[in-house]
Amino acid sequence: MRMELIQPFINAADAVLAETLQCPTRVDGLSMDEQAYRRKGVASLVTIQGDIEGRIIFDIDAPTAARVAAYLAGSPQPEDDDEVARETVCELANMVIGSAITVLNDQGFQFKINPPVAHTELVGEKSSEDQEALVMCFGTDTGSVFMNIAMRYNTRRKADRRA
Amino acid sequence: MEQFPFLVRKDRKAIRYLVVDDSVFARKNVAKMVESFGGEIVGEAGDGCTAITEFDRTTPDMVLMDITMPQMEGIEAAERIVRAHPEARIVMVSSVGYQENIVAALQKGARHFVQKPVKPEILYEVIKYVMGDDATIATPVGQES
Repeated sequence: MRMELIQPFINAADAVLAETLQCPTRVDGLSMDEQAYRRKGVASLVTIQGDIEGRIIFDIDAPTAARVAAYLAGSPQPEDDDEVARETVCELANMVIGSAITVLNDQGFQFKINPPVAHTELVGEKSSEDQEALVMCFGTDTGSVFMNIAMRYNTRRKADRRA
Repeated sequence: MEQFPFLVRKDRKAIRYLVVDDSVFARKNVAKMVESFGGEIVGEAGDGCTAITEFDRTTPDMVLMDITMPQMEGIEAAERIVRAHPEARIVMVSSVGYQENIVAALQKGARHFVQKPVKPEILYEVIKYVMGDDATIATPVGQES
């Protein structure tokens, strides 16, 4: 996966998490993964179709998701409603991925983003050779946030558009 | 949350909002903000189709509408609402803020665009701008001249 595809996601996660959680963020880990994705906690899946296609999983361990949900709701106690935590993670995913997609679109890529859905399976699909996943871990004051990005250029679609 | 002077209608009544977003979390978040501006939430919808029926039912002063939603997306819903109610004030609120999306929304009748994560100070200014002369800043009780 090329850096030009990855950088917008790093920037978006950094900006959105810092803005919503009102704290500095840092990249705590960055690795490539060809294995099937193992969910860490409360996860949300966003799929993209177009010049670039693939999927992004936004994943937060359950206690952190509960703290993030509580923080964003202005509550002092961690949120104990799983549905609220899932909703929160989906909306955070929506904001981070939407922001990254905006940058990629302004660079000339055309695609459609589907609304985030809760990713409930413990193990996801295995990445393929041409679509290995990038796993990123962001550290925040509330806990760690993981993003697993598997995307590739849709060369056929771009060629079709040029023709 | 930062305190803002209440923004009310010319008749001094609360501005009535319809909030449309498929995320309950996002709806609550936006609702909390507009209530802190002195607004009243008269309806909520989780998709474009429901937004249209809720608009007809509540006739709000302003609609805050997400774009990416299941069933019917926000831009199509905005277009249908504005076609039936040309006076409708619709502000698109979306995480996807690329140029062609914004242009499409404005061409279909939306009045403005706010990118998520929504900053209260930006939403406040946009609401003030879109309401124009139909809104005024409420003078707190005891400070009237």
